[in-house]
Amino acid sequence: MSILVIAEHDNRVLKPATLNVITAGCEIGGEVHLLVAGSASTAVAEAAAKVDGVARVLHADADHYAEQMPENLAALIVQTVQTVAGAAAYSHVLAAATTAGKNFMPRVAALLDVAQISEIVAVSSPDIFVRLIYAGSAVLTVESKDPIKVVTVRTTAFTAASKNGGTAVIVPLAPAADFGRSRVIGRDLTQSARPELGAAKIIVAGGRGLGSSANFHALLEPLADKLGAALGASRAAVDAGFVANDLQVGQTGKIVAPQLYIAVGISGAIQHLAGMKDSRVIVAINKDPEAPIFQSADYALVGDLFEIVPRLTAAL
Amino acid sequence: MKILVPVKRVVDYNVKVRVKADGSGVDIAHVKMSMNPFDEIAVEEAVRLKEAGIASEVVAVSAGVAACQETLRTAMALGADRAILIETAAELQPLAVAKLLRVVCASEAPQIVLCGKQAIDDDANQTGQMLAALMNWPQATFASKVTVAAGEGKATVTREIDGGCETVEVVLPAVITADLRLNEPRYSTLPNIMKAKKKPLAVVTPESLGVDIAPRLNSRHVAEPPQRAAGIRVADVAELVARLKSHGELL
Repeated sequence: MSILVIAEHDNRVLKPATLNVITAGCEIGGEVHLLVAGSASTAVAEAAAKVDGVARVLHADADHYAEQMPENLAALIVQTVQTVAGAAAYSHVLAAATTAGKNFMPRVAALLDVAQISEIVAVSSPDIFVRLIYAGSAVLTVESKDPIKVVTVRTTAFTAASKNGGTAVIVPLAPAADFGRSRVIGRDLTQSARPELGAAKIIVAGGRGLGSSANFHALLEPLADKLGAALGASRAAVDAGFVANDLQVGQTGKIVAPQLYIAVGISGAIQHLAGMKDSRVIVAINKDPEAPIFQSADYALVGDLFEIVPRLTAAL
Repeated sequence: MKILVPVKRVVDYNVKVRVKADGSGVDIAHVKMSMNPFDEIAVEEAVRLKEAGIASEVVAVSAGVAACQETLRTAMALGADRAILIETAAELQPLAVAKLLRVVCASEAPQIVLCGKQAIDDDANQTGQMLAALMNWPQATFASKVTVAAGEGKATVTREIDGGCETVEVVLPAVITADLRLNEPRYSTLPNIMKAKKKPLAVVTPESLGVDIAPRLNSRHVAEPPQRAAGIRVADVAELVARLKSHGELL
Protein backbone atom coordinates (compact mmCIF):
# COMPACT_ATOMS: atom_id res chain seq x y z
CA MET A 1 0.00 0.00 0.00
CA SER A 2 1.48 3.37 -1.00
CA ILE A 3 0.05 6.83 -0.87
CA LEU A 4 0.50 9.33 -3.67
CA VAL A 5 0.43 12.97 -2.55
CA ILE A 6 0.20 15.64 -5.24
CA ALA A 7 2.54 18.55 -4.52
CA GLU A 8 1.28 22.11 -4.84
CA HIS A 9 3.93 24.57 -5.99
CA ASP A 10 4.67 27.45 -8.35
CA ASN A 11 7.71 25.82 -10.04
CA ARG A 12 9.93 27.59 -7.53
CA VAL A 13 8.75 26.69 -4.03
CA LEU A 14 6.69 23.90 -2.49
CA LYS A 15 3.48 25.39 -1.04
CA PRO A 16 3.11 24.85 2.74
CA ALA A 17 -0.32 23.23 2.20
CA THR A 18 1.46 20.14 0.83
CA LEU A 19 3.17 19.62 4.19
CA ASN A 20 -0.19 19.20 5.94
CA VAL A 21 -1.33 16.69 3.31
CA ILE A 22 1.83 14.63 3.89
CA THR A 23 0.90 14.41 7.58
CA ALA A 24 -2.57 13.12 6.58
CA GLY A 25 -0.84 10.57 4.32
CA CYS A 26 1.39 9.39 7.18
CA GLU A 27 -1.70 9.00 9.39
CA ILE A 28 -3.27 6.69 6.81
CA GLY A 29 -0.09 4.58 6.91
CA GLY A 30 2.03 3.14 4.13
CA GLU A 31 4.79 4.67 2.06
CA VAL A 32 4.18 8.31 1.06
CA HIS A 33 5.26 9.35 -2.43
CA LEU A 34 5.14 12.96 -3.56
CA LEU A 35 4.33 13.79 -7.19
CA VAL A 36 5.84 17.06 -8.44
CA ALA A 37 4.62 18.05 -11.90
CA GLY A 38 5.97 21.32 -13.23
CA SER A 39 8.24 23.06 -15.66
CA ALA A 40 11.80 23.96 -14.68
CA SER A 41 10.77 22.72 -11.25
CA THR A 42 13.90 20.91 -10.08
CA ALA A 43 14.16 23.14 -6.99
CA VAL A 44 10.69 22.01 -5.92
CA ALA A 45 11.55 18.33 -6.37
CA GLU A 46 14.71 18.81 -4.32
CA ALA A 47 12.82 20.58 -1.54
CA ALA A 48 10.17 17.84 -1.66
CA ALA A 49 12.81 15.15 -1.16
CA LYS A 50 13.85 16.74 2.14
CA VAL A 51 10.35 16.71 3.66
CA ASP A 52 10.08 14.38 6.63
CA GLY A 53 7.90 11.35 5.89
CA VAL A 54 8.33 11.34 2.10
CA ALA A 55 9.83 8.08 0.80
CA ARG A 56 10.00 8.97 -2.88
CA VAL A 57 9.56 12.01 -5.11
CA LEU A 58 8.15 11.43 -8.60
CA HIS A 59 9.17 14.34 -10.76
CA ALA A 60 7.58 15.10 -14.13
CA ASP A 61 9.03 18.15 -15.84
CA ALA A 62 7.60 19.41 -19.13
CA ASP A 63 6.48 22.70 -20.67
CA HIS A 64 2.84 21.67 -20.49
CA TYR A 65 3.01 21.31 -16.68
CA ALA A 66 4.14 24.93 -16.20
CA GLU A 67 0.63 26.08 -15.22
CA GLN A 68 -0.47 22.72 -13.79
CA MET A 69 -3.74 22.75 -15.69
CA PRO A 70 -6.23 20.24 -14.29
CA GLU A 71 -6.61 18.35 -17.59
CA ASN A 72 -2.86 17.66 -17.86
CA LEU A 73 -2.31 17.06 -14.16
CA ALA A 74 -5.19 14.57 -13.91
CA ALA A 75 -3.95 12.61 -16.94
CA LEU A 76 -0.45 12.37 -15.45
CA ILE A 77 -1.75 11.26 -12.03
CA VAL A 78 -3.97 8.60 -13.56
CA GLN A 79 -1.12 7.35 -15.73
CA THR A 80 1.14 7.18 -12.66
CA VAL A 81 -1.42 5.33 -10.55
CA GLN A 82 -2.19 2.83 -13.30
CA THR A 83 1.47 2.01 -14.05
CA VAL A 84 2.20 0.69 -10.58
CA ALA A 85 0.67 -2.70 -9.77
CA GLY A 86 1.03 -5.32 -7.08
CA ALA A 87 2.09 -4.69 -3.50
CA ALA A 88 3.44 -1.21 -4.26
CA ALA A 89 0.20 -0.11 -5.97
CA TYR A 90 -1.28 3.19 -4.84
CA SER A 91 -4.20 2.81 -2.47
CA HIS A 92 -4.71 6.54 -1.95
CA VAL A 93 -4.24 9.74 -3.94
CA LEU A 94 -4.17 12.85 -1.73
CA ALA A 95 -4.06 16.57 -2.42
CA ALA A 96 -4.78 19.73 -0.46
CA ALA A 97 -8.37 21.02 -0.57
CA THR A 98 -7.14 24.30 -2.00
CA THR A 99 -8.63 25.83 -5.15
CA ALA A 100 -5.94 23.89 -7.07
CA GLY A 101 -6.64 20.52 -5.45
CA LYS A 102 -10.40 20.99 -5.69
CA ASN A 103 -9.97 21.66 -9.39
CA PHE A 104 -8.02 18.61 -10.57
CA MET A 105 -8.81 15.89 -8.01
CA PRO A 106 -12.45 15.14 -9.03
CA ARG A 107 -11.10 14.75 -12.56
CA VAL A 108 -8.64 12.14 -11.27
CA ALA A 109 -11.42 10.32 -9.40
CA ALA A 110 -13.73 10.20 -12.42
CA LEU A 111 -10.96 8.91 -14.71
CA LEU A 112 -10.19 6.17 -12.16
CA ASP A 113 -13.94 5.50 -11.82
CA VAL A 114 -13.86 6.02 -8.06
CA ALA A 115 -15.54 8.42 -5.66
CA GLN A 116 -13.71 11.39 -4.19
CA ILE A 117 -13.81 12.06 -0.48
CA SER A 118 -13.71 15.87 -0.26
CA GLU A 119 -11.93 17.96 2.32
CA ILE A 120 -11.35 15.47 5.12
CA VAL A 121 -10.61 16.75 8.62
CA ALA A 122 -9.58 13.41 10.17
CA VAL A 123 -8.46 9.90 9.20
CA SER A 124 -10.24 7.13 11.14
CA SER A 125 -8.75 4.23 9.16
CA PRO A 126 -7.38 3.74 5.64
CA ASP A 127 -11.00 3.40 4.44
CA ILE A 128 -12.83 5.72 6.83
CA PHE A 129 -12.59 9.49 6.91
CA VAL A 130 -14.27 12.40 8.67
CA ARG A 131 -15.51 15.46 6.79
CA LEU A 132 -17.93 18.31 7.32
CA ILE A 133 -21.20 18.77 5.48
CA TYR A 134 -23.80 21.56 5.44
CA ALA A 135 -21.08 24.22 5.88
CA GLY A 136 -19.86 22.59 9.08
CA SER A 137 -23.31 22.11 10.64
CA ALA A 138 -22.79 18.34 10.68
CA VAL A 139 -19.80 16.00 10.87
CA LEU A 140 -19.93 13.01 8.53
CA THR A 141 -17.93 9.81 8.98
CA VAL A 142 -17.73 8.13 5.61
CA GLU A 143 -16.37 4.81 4.36
CA SER A 144 -15.05 4.28 0.84
CA LYS A 145 -15.60 0.96 -0.91
CA ASP A 146 -13.35 1.86 -3.86
CA PRO A 147 -9.96 0.19 -4.48
CA ILE A 148 -8.29 3.61 -4.75
CA LYS A 149 -9.28 6.44 -2.45
CA VAL A 150 -9.07 9.90 -3.98
CA VAL A 151 -9.04 12.33 -1.07
CA THR A 152 -8.70 16.10 -0.64
CA VAL A 153 -7.45 17.28 2.73
CA ARG A 154 -8.46 20.35 4.72
CA THR A 155 -4.99 21.60 5.56
CA THR A 156 -5.93 23.37 8.79
CA ALA A 157 -7.02 20.03 10.29
CA PHE A 158 -3.54 18.46 10.08
CA THR A 159 -0.17 19.67 11.36
CA ALA A 160 2.57 20.42 8.84
CA ALA A 161 5.27 17.82 8.22
CA SER A 162 8.79 19.05 8.87
CA LYS A 163 10.54 20.51 5.82
CA ASN A 164 13.76 18.81 6.88
CA GLY A 165 14.87 15.36 7.84
CA GLY A 166 13.69 13.47 4.75
CA THR A 167 16.06 11.79 2.32
CA ALA A 168 13.73 10.66 -0.45
CA VAL A 169 14.99 9.54 -3.83
CA ILE A 170 13.88 11.61 -6.82
CA VAL A 171 12.55 9.46 -9.65
CA PRO A 172 12.02 11.15 -13.03
CA LEU A 173 8.58 10.54 -14.50
CA ALA A 174 7.73 10.52 -18.20
CA PRO A 175 5.16 13.20 -18.98
CA ALA A 176 1.71 12.29 -20.31
CA ALA A 177 0.45 13.78 -23.58
CA ASP A 178 -0.49 17.48 -23.63
CA PHE A 179 -4.30 18.00 -23.52
CA GLY A 180 -3.95 21.20 -25.52
CA ARG A 181 -7.52 22.56 -25.30
CA SER A 182 -7.09 24.88 -22.33
CA ARG A 183 -4.50 27.46 -21.36
CA VAL A 184 -3.89 30.16 -18.79
CA ILE A 185 -3.87 33.61 -20.36
CA GLY A 186 -3.49 35.69 -17.22
CA ARG A 187 -3.03 35.54 -13.49
CA ASP A 188 -3.64 38.39 -11.09
CA LEU A 189 -2.31 37.51 -7.65
CA THR A 190 -2.71 39.93 -4.79
CA GLN A 191 0.67 41.31 -3.84
CA SER A 192 1.04 41.79 -0.12
CA ALA A 193 3.81 41.94 2.44
CA ARG A 194 1.42 40.35 4.95
CA PRO A 195 1.25 36.57 5.41
CA GLU A 196 -1.13 34.49 3.28
CA LEU A 197 -4.54 33.97 4.89
CA GLY A 198 -4.28 30.19 4.86
CA ALA A 199 -0.85 30.12 6.49
CA ALA A 200 -1.11 33.04 8.96
CA LYS A 201 -0.71 32.49 12.71
CA ILE A 202 -2.81 35.58 13.44
CA ILE A 203 -5.70 36.96 11.39
CA VAL A 204 -7.38 40.33 11.82
CA ALA A 205 -10.76 40.21 10.07
CA GLY A 206 -13.26 42.97 9.49
CA GLY A 207 -16.98 43.04 8.77
CA ARG A 208 -19.70 45.41 7.75
CA GLY A 209 -19.27 47.27 11.07
CA LEU A 210 -16.22 49.02 9.63
CA GLY A 211 -18.60 51.02 7.46
CA SER A 212 -16.35 51.73 4.49
CA SER A 213 -13.32 50.56 2.57
CA ALA A 214 -11.35 53.55 3.87
CA ASN A 215 -12.18 52.69 7.49
CA PHE A 216 -11.38 49.02 6.91
CA HIS A 217 -7.86 49.81 5.76
CA ALA A 218 -7.21 52.75 8.12
CA LEU A 219 -8.22 50.80 11.23
CA LEU A 220 -7.26 47.20 10.53
CA GLU A 221 -3.99 47.52 8.59
CA PRO A 222 -2.03 49.14 11.48
CA LEU A 223 -3.33 46.43 13.85
CA ALA A 224 -2.46 43.65 11.41
CA ASP A 225 0.99 45.08 10.79
CA LYS A 226 1.67 45.40 14.52
CA LEU A 227 0.75 41.73 14.99
CA GLY A 228 2.35 40.44 11.78
CA ALA A 229 -1.15 39.22 10.93
CA ALA A 230 -3.01 38.49 7.72
CA LEU A 231 -6.12 40.50 6.86
CA GLY A 232 -9.46 38.75 6.45
CA ALA A 233 -13.04 39.84 5.88
CA SER A 234 -16.60 38.64 6.21
CA ARG A 235 -18.72 38.11 3.12
CA ALA A 236 -20.73 41.20 4.05
CA ALA A 237 -17.56 43.31 3.93
CA VAL A 238 -16.58 41.81 0.57
CA ASP A 239 -20.08 42.27 -0.88
CA ALA A 240 -20.05 45.89 0.31
CA GLY A 241 -16.84 46.36 -1.67
CA PHE A 242 -14.56 47.14 1.32
CA VAL A 243 -11.93 44.60 0.18
CA ALA A 244 -11.19 42.12 -2.60
CA ASN A 245 -12.82 38.68 -2.80
CA ASP A 246 -9.73 36.71 -1.92
CA LEU A 247 -9.81 38.03 1.67
CA GLN A 248 -13.17 36.41 2.38
CA VAL A 249 -13.26 33.97 5.29
CA GLY A 250 -16.23 31.61 5.43
CA GLN A 251 -18.08 28.72 3.86
CA THR A 252 -17.77 30.20 0.38
CA GLY A 253 -14.36 31.76 0.99
CA LYS A 254 -11.30 30.57 2.85
CA ILE A 255 -11.37 28.11 5.74
CA VAL A 256 -8.80 29.24 8.30
CA ALA A 257 -7.64 28.07 11.73
CA PRO A 258 -4.98 30.47 13.02
CA GLN A 259 -3.67 30.66 16.59
CA LEU A 260 -5.47 33.96 17.06
CA TYR A 261 -8.47 35.33 15.13
CA ILE A 262 -9.59 38.87 15.85
CA ALA A 263 -13.06 39.59 14.44
CA VAL A 264 -13.80 43.29 14.22
CA GLY A 265 -17.33 44.48 13.45
CA ILE A 266 -18.36 41.01 12.28
CA SER A 267 -21.82 39.89 13.42
CA GLY A 268 -21.04 36.17 13.03
CA ALA A 269 -23.29 34.67 10.35
CA ILE A 270 -23.21 30.85 10.24
CA GLN A 271 -21.45 31.05 6.91
CA HIS A 272 -18.63 33.13 8.40
CA LEU A 273 -18.31 30.96 11.52
CA ALA A 274 -17.95 27.91 9.27
CA GLY A 275 -14.70 29.41 7.99
CA MET A 276 -13.00 30.33 11.28
CA LYS A 277 -14.45 28.45 14.24
CA ASP A 278 -11.49 26.09 14.45
CA SER A 279 -9.17 29.00 15.31
CA ARG A 280 -7.40 28.45 18.64
CA VAL A 281 -8.32 31.75 20.27
CA ILE A 282 -11.09 33.97 18.95
CA VAL A 283 -11.48 37.62 19.94
CA ALA A 284 -14.62 39.48 18.92
CA ILE A 285 -15.06 43.23 19.00
CA ASN A 286 -18.60 44.42 18.27
CA LYS A 287 -20.93 47.12 19.50
CA ASP A 288 -23.95 44.82 19.58
CA PRO A 289 -23.86 42.71 22.78
CA GLU A 290 -26.29 40.24 21.14
CA ALA A 291 -24.09 39.61 18.07
CA PRO A 292 -23.85 35.83 17.42
CA ILE A 293 -20.07 36.09 17.02
CA PHE A 294 -19.81 36.43 20.82
CA GLN A 295 -21.10 32.87 21.27
CA SER A 296 -18.01 31.58 19.48
CA ALA A 297 -15.51 34.04 20.95
CA ASP A 298 -13.08 33.26 23.75
CA TYR A 299 -12.79 36.95 24.53
CA ALA A 300 -15.64 39.32 23.83
CA LEU A 301 -15.26 43.08 23.92
CA VAL A 302 -18.49 45.02 23.52
CA GLY A 303 -18.03 48.58 22.35
CA ASP A 304 -17.31 51.01 19.56
CA LEU A 305 -14.67 49.48 17.30
CA PHE A 306 -13.62 52.95 16.11
CA GLU A 307 -12.36 53.65 19.65
CA ILE A 308 -11.27 50.14 20.59
CA VAL A 309 -9.16 49.18 17.57
CA PRO A 310 -6.77 52.17 17.66
CA ARG A 311 -6.40 51.68 21.42
CA LEU A 312 -5.65 48.00 20.92
CA THR A 313 -3.08 48.80 18.22
CA ALA A 314 -1.40 51.30 20.56
CA ALA A 315 -1.44 48.85 23.50
CA LEU A 316 0.35 46.04 21.67
CA MET B 1 -25.29 27.07 -29.29
CA LYS B 2 -26.93 25.06 -26.56
CA ILE B 3 -26.11 25.40 -22.85
CA LEU B 4 -26.94 22.63 -20.39
CA VAL B 5 -27.41 23.69 -16.77
CA PRO B 6 -27.50 20.96 -14.12
CA VAL B 7 -29.39 22.06 -10.99
CA LYS B 8 -29.72 20.41 -7.57
CA ARG B 9 -32.54 20.56 -5.06
CA VAL B 10 -31.06 21.17 -1.62
CA VAL B 11 -32.08 22.33 1.85
CA ASP B 12 -32.62 26.08 1.64
CA TYR B 13 -29.64 28.31 2.36
CA ASN B 14 -31.34 29.87 5.39
CA VAL B 15 -32.31 26.62 7.12
CA LYS B 16 -30.17 25.53 10.06
CA VAL B 17 -30.09 21.76 9.65
CA ARG B 18 -30.41 19.42 12.64
CA VAL B 19 -28.54 16.18 13.04
CA LYS B 20 -30.83 13.20 13.72
CA ALA B 21 -30.50 11.79 17.22
CA ASP B 22 -29.60 8.31 15.92
CA GLY B 23 -26.66 9.69 13.93
CA SER B 24 -28.07 8.41 10.64
CA GLY B 25 -28.05 11.80 8.89
CA VAL B 26 -29.53 15.26 9.02
CA ASP B 27 -33.26 15.78 9.36
CA ILE B 28 -34.51 17.18 6.07
CA ALA B 29 -38.16 16.20 6.47
CA HIS B 30 -40.45 19.25 6.55
CA VAL B 31 -37.69 21.77 5.85
CA LYS B 32 -37.76 24.27 3.02
CA MET B 33 -35.98 23.05 -0.12
CA SER B 34 -34.61 25.33 -2.83
CA MET B 35 -32.31 25.36 -5.82
CA ASN B 36 -28.64 25.17 -4.81
CA PRO B 37 -27.54 28.86 -4.79
CA PHE B 38 -24.48 28.24 -6.98
CA ASP B 39 -26.72 26.50 -9.55
CA GLU B 40 -29.03 29.53 -9.54
CA ILE B 41 -26.01 31.64 -10.49
CA ALA B 42 -25.26 29.14 -13.30
CA VAL B 43 -28.83 29.40 -14.62
CA GLU B 44 -28.63 33.20 -14.54
CA GLU B 45 -25.35 33.19 -16.47
CA ALA B 46 -26.73 30.81 -19.11
CA VAL B 47 -29.85 32.96 -19.52
CA ARG B 48 -27.72 36.09 -19.88
CA LEU B 49 -25.70 34.36 -22.61
CA LYS B 50 -28.96 33.60 -24.37
CA GLU B 51 -30.17 37.19 -23.98
CA ALA B 52 -26.85 38.37 -25.43
CA GLY B 53 -27.56 36.28 -28.53
CA ILE B 54 -24.70 33.85 -27.86
CA ALA B 55 -26.72 30.85 -26.68
CA SER B 56 -29.72 29.63 -28.65
CA GLU B 57 -31.21 27.35 -26.02
CA VAL B 58 -30.81 26.78 -22.26
CA VAL B 59 -31.72 23.31 -21.00
CA ALA B 60 -31.96 22.67 -17.25
CA VAL B 61 -31.41 19.15 -15.94
CA SER B 62 -31.79 17.71 -12.47
CA ALA B 63 -31.39 14.26 -10.94
CA GLY B 64 -33.34 13.14 -7.91
CA VAL B 65 -36.84 12.72 -6.53
CA ALA B 66 -40.02 13.81 -8.32
CA ALA B 67 -40.05 17.06 -6.33
CA CYS B 68 -36.97 18.18 -8.31
CA GLN B 69 -39.58 19.18 -10.91
CA GLU B 70 -40.15 22.27 -8.75
CA THR B 71 -36.44 23.12 -8.98
CA LEU B 72 -36.58 22.71 -12.75
CA ARG B 73 -39.69 24.93 -12.94
CA THR B 74 -37.72 27.55 -10.98
CA ALA B 75 -34.91 27.30 -13.54
CA MET B 76 -37.43 27.74 -16.35
CA ALA B 77 -39.00 30.73 -14.56
CA LEU B 78 -35.53 32.29 -14.55
CA GLY B 79 -35.33 31.75 -18.30
CA ALA B 80 -34.35 28.16 -19.13
CA ASP B 81 -36.25 26.96 -22.21
CA ARG B 82 -36.96 23.38 -21.22
CA ALA B 83 -36.00 20.79 -18.64
CA ILE B 84 -35.06 17.17 -18.10
CA LEU B 85 -35.59 15.30 -14.83
CA ILE B 86 -33.66 12.10 -14.22
CA GLU B 87 -36.03 10.74 -11.63
CA THR B 88 -34.90 8.40 -8.86
CA ALA B 89 -35.47 8.06 -5.14
CA ALA B 90 -32.07 6.39 -4.72
CA GLU B 91 -29.12 8.14 -3.09
CA LEU B 92 -27.04 9.93 -5.73
CA GLN B 93 -23.34 10.65 -5.25
CA PRO B 94 -21.33 13.04 -7.46
CA LEU B 95 -19.75 10.34 -9.65
CA ALA B 96 -23.18 8.86 -10.38
CA VAL B 97 -24.59 12.30 -11.24
CA ALA B 98 -21.63 12.97 -13.54
CA LYS B 99 -22.31 9.66 -15.32
CA LEU B 100 -25.99 10.54 -15.73
CA LEU B 101 -25.04 13.94 -17.12
CA ARG B 102 -22.59 12.30 -19.54
CA VAL B 103 -25.49 10.42 -21.15
CA VAL B 104 -27.55 13.63 -21.32
CA CYS B 105 -24.57 15.44 -22.90
CA ALA B 106 -24.24 12.68 -25.49
CA SER B 107 -27.84 13.15 -26.65
CA GLU B 108 -28.21 16.93 -26.16
CA ALA B 109 -24.72 17.84 -27.47
CA PRO B 110 -24.37 21.16 -25.59
CA GLN B 111 -21.37 23.39 -26.27
CA ILE B 112 -21.23 24.48 -22.63
CA VAL B 113 -22.29 22.77 -19.41
CA LEU B 114 -22.66 25.52 -16.83
CA CYS B 115 -23.17 24.36 -13.24
CA GLY B 116 -22.63 25.54 -9.67
CA LYS B 117 -19.19 24.93 -8.20
CA GLN B 118 -20.60 22.96 -5.28
CA ALA B 119 -23.85 22.04 -3.59
CA ILE B 120 -24.41 23.48 -0.13
CA ASP B 121 -25.60 20.16 1.33
CA ASP B 122 -22.75 17.69 0.76
CA ASP B 123 -20.17 20.46 -0.01
CA ALA B 124 -18.45 18.00 -2.38
CA ASN B 125 -17.39 20.33 -5.22
CA GLN B 126 -16.93 17.45 -7.68
CA THR B 127 -19.69 16.96 -10.25
CA GLY B 128 -18.64 19.53 -12.87
CA GLN B 129 -15.00 18.42 -12.86
CA MET B 130 -16.04 14.74 -13.01
CA LEU B 131 -18.32 15.38 -15.95
CA ALA B 132 -15.53 17.23 -17.79
CA ALA B 133 -13.22 14.24 -17.21
CA LEU B 134 -15.81 11.71 -18.42
CA MET B 135 -16.46 13.79 -21.57
CA ASN B 136 -12.72 14.46 -22.06
CA TRP B 137 -13.59 18.17 -22.17
CA PRO B 138 -11.66 21.11 -20.73
CA GLN B 139 -12.94 22.65 -17.52
CA ALA B 140 -13.02 26.15 -16.06
CA THR B 141 -14.06 25.98 -12.42
CA PHE B 142 -14.92 28.71 -9.86
CA ALA B 143 -15.81 31.23 -12.57
CA SER B 144 -16.27 34.90 -11.70
CA LYS B 145 -16.48 36.09 -15.32
CA VAL B 146 -17.41 34.23 -18.51
CA THR B 147 -16.92 35.52 -22.06
CA VAL B 148 -17.92 33.28 -24.95
CA ALA B 149 -16.55 33.75 -28.46
CA ALA B 150 -19.00 31.40 -30.14
CA GLY B 151 -17.59 31.98 -33.63
CA GLU B 152 -14.12 30.87 -32.53
CA GLY B 153 -15.51 28.03 -30.40
CA LYS B 154 -13.79 29.34 -27.30
CA ALA B 155 -14.65 30.67 -23.86
CA THR B 156 -12.53 32.94 -21.69
CA VAL B 157 -13.16 32.43 -17.99
CA THR B 158 -11.82 34.34 -15.00
CA ARG B 159 -11.47 31.93 -12.07
CA GLU B 160 -11.27 32.65 -8.36
CA ILE B 161 -8.15 30.98 -6.99
CA ASP B 162 -6.25 31.15 -3.69
CA GLY B 163 -4.48 34.49 -3.56
CA GLY B 164 -6.23 36.16 -6.48
CA CYS B 165 -7.68 35.25 -9.84
CA GLU B 166 -6.66 33.52 -13.04
CA THR B 167 -7.99 33.75 -16.59
CA VAL B 168 -8.15 30.63 -18.73
CA GLU B 169 -9.17 30.07 -22.31
CA VAL B 170 -10.93 26.79 -23.06
CA VAL B 171 -11.89 25.26 -26.39
CA LEU B 172 -15.60 24.38 -26.52
CA PRO B 173 -17.31 22.11 -25.65
CA ALA B 174 -16.36 22.66 -22.02
CA VAL B 175 -17.64 22.56 -18.46
CA ILE B 176 -17.77 25.85 -16.54
CA THR B 177 -18.61 25.97 -12.82
CA ALA B 178 -19.99 29.13 -11.22
CA ASP B 179 -18.56 30.81 -8.14
CA LEU B 180 -20.48 33.18 -5.92
CA ARG B 181 -19.57 36.45 -7.58
CA LEU B 182 -20.23 35.49 -11.20
CA ASN B 183 -23.54 37.37 -11.11
CA GLU B 184 -26.57 38.18 -9.00
CA PRO B 185 -29.49 36.02 -10.09
CA ARG B 186 -32.72 37.81 -10.96
CA TYR B 187 -35.98 37.24 -9.14
CA SER B 188 -38.51 35.31 -11.15
CA THR B 189 -41.62 37.33 -11.93
CA LEU B 190 -45.17 36.01 -11.65
CA PRO B 191 -45.73 36.03 -15.44
CA ASN B 192 -42.50 34.09 -15.91
CA ILE B 193 -43.46 31.60 -13.19
CA MET B 194 -46.79 31.06 -15.02
CA LYS B 195 -45.01 30.71 -18.36
CA ALA B 196 -42.55 28.20 -16.85
CA LYS B 197 -45.44 25.87 -16.02
CA LYS B 198 -46.11 25.45 -19.73
CA LYS B 199 -42.50 24.83 -20.78
CA PRO B 200 -41.59 21.22 -21.67
CA LEU B 201 -40.23 18.99 -18.90
CA ALA B 202 -39.12 15.47 -19.91
CA VAL B 203 -38.77 12.73 -17.30
CA VAL B 204 -36.30 9.86 -17.71
CA THR B 205 -34.75 7.42 -15.21
CA PRO B 206 -31.19 6.21 -14.51
CA GLU B 207 -32.33 2.79 -15.76
CA SER B 208 -33.61 4.19 -19.05
CA LEU B 209 -30.26 5.97 -19.47
CA GLY B 210 -28.40 2.73 -18.67
CA VAL B 211 -26.33 4.24 -15.85
CA ASP B 212 -25.19 2.42 -12.72
CA ILE B 213 -25.76 4.85 -9.85
CA ALA B 214 -24.76 2.58 -6.94
CA PRO B 215 -23.15 4.68 -4.17
CA ARG B 216 -19.40 4.22 -3.66
CA LEU B 217 -19.28 5.92 -0.29
CA ASN B 218 -21.06 4.58 2.75
CA SER B 219 -22.20 7.13 5.31
CA ARG B 220 -21.47 5.57 8.72
CA HIS B 221 -22.30 8.30 11.15
CA VAL B 222 -23.42 11.93 11.25
CA ALA B 223 -22.77 13.97 14.41
CA GLU B 224 -23.17 17.50 15.71
CA PRO B 225 -19.98 19.54 15.40
CA PRO B 226 -18.15 20.16 18.68
CA GLN B 227 -19.29 23.37 20.36
CA ARG B 228 -16.87 26.00 21.57
CA ALA B 229 -16.93 26.66 25.30
CA ALA B 230 -18.53 29.94 26.31
CA GLY B 231 -16.06 32.82 26.32
CA ILE B 232 -15.18 35.59 28.71
CA ARG B 233 -16.49 39.14 28.39
CA VAL B 234 -13.60 41.54 28.92
CA ALA B 235 -14.15 45.06 30.22
CA ASP B 236 -11.65 47.00 28.13
CA VAL B 237 -8.62 46.92 25.87
CA ALA B 238 -6.21 46.61 28.81
CA GLU B 239 -7.92 43.47 30.08
CA LEU B 240 -8.05 42.00 26.56
CA VAL B 241 -4.32 42.53 26.05
CA ALA B 242 -3.56 41.04 29.49
CA ARG B 243 -5.70 37.98 28.70
CA LEU B 244 -4.04 37.46 25.33
CA LYS B 245 -0.59 37.83 26.86
CA SER B 246 -1.48 35.11 29.37
CA HIS B 247 -1.54 32.71 26.39
CA GLY B 248 2.23 33.22 26.12
CA GLU B 249 3.16 32.53 22.54
CA LEU B 250 0.13 34.33 21.07
CA LEU B 251 1.46 37.87 21.12
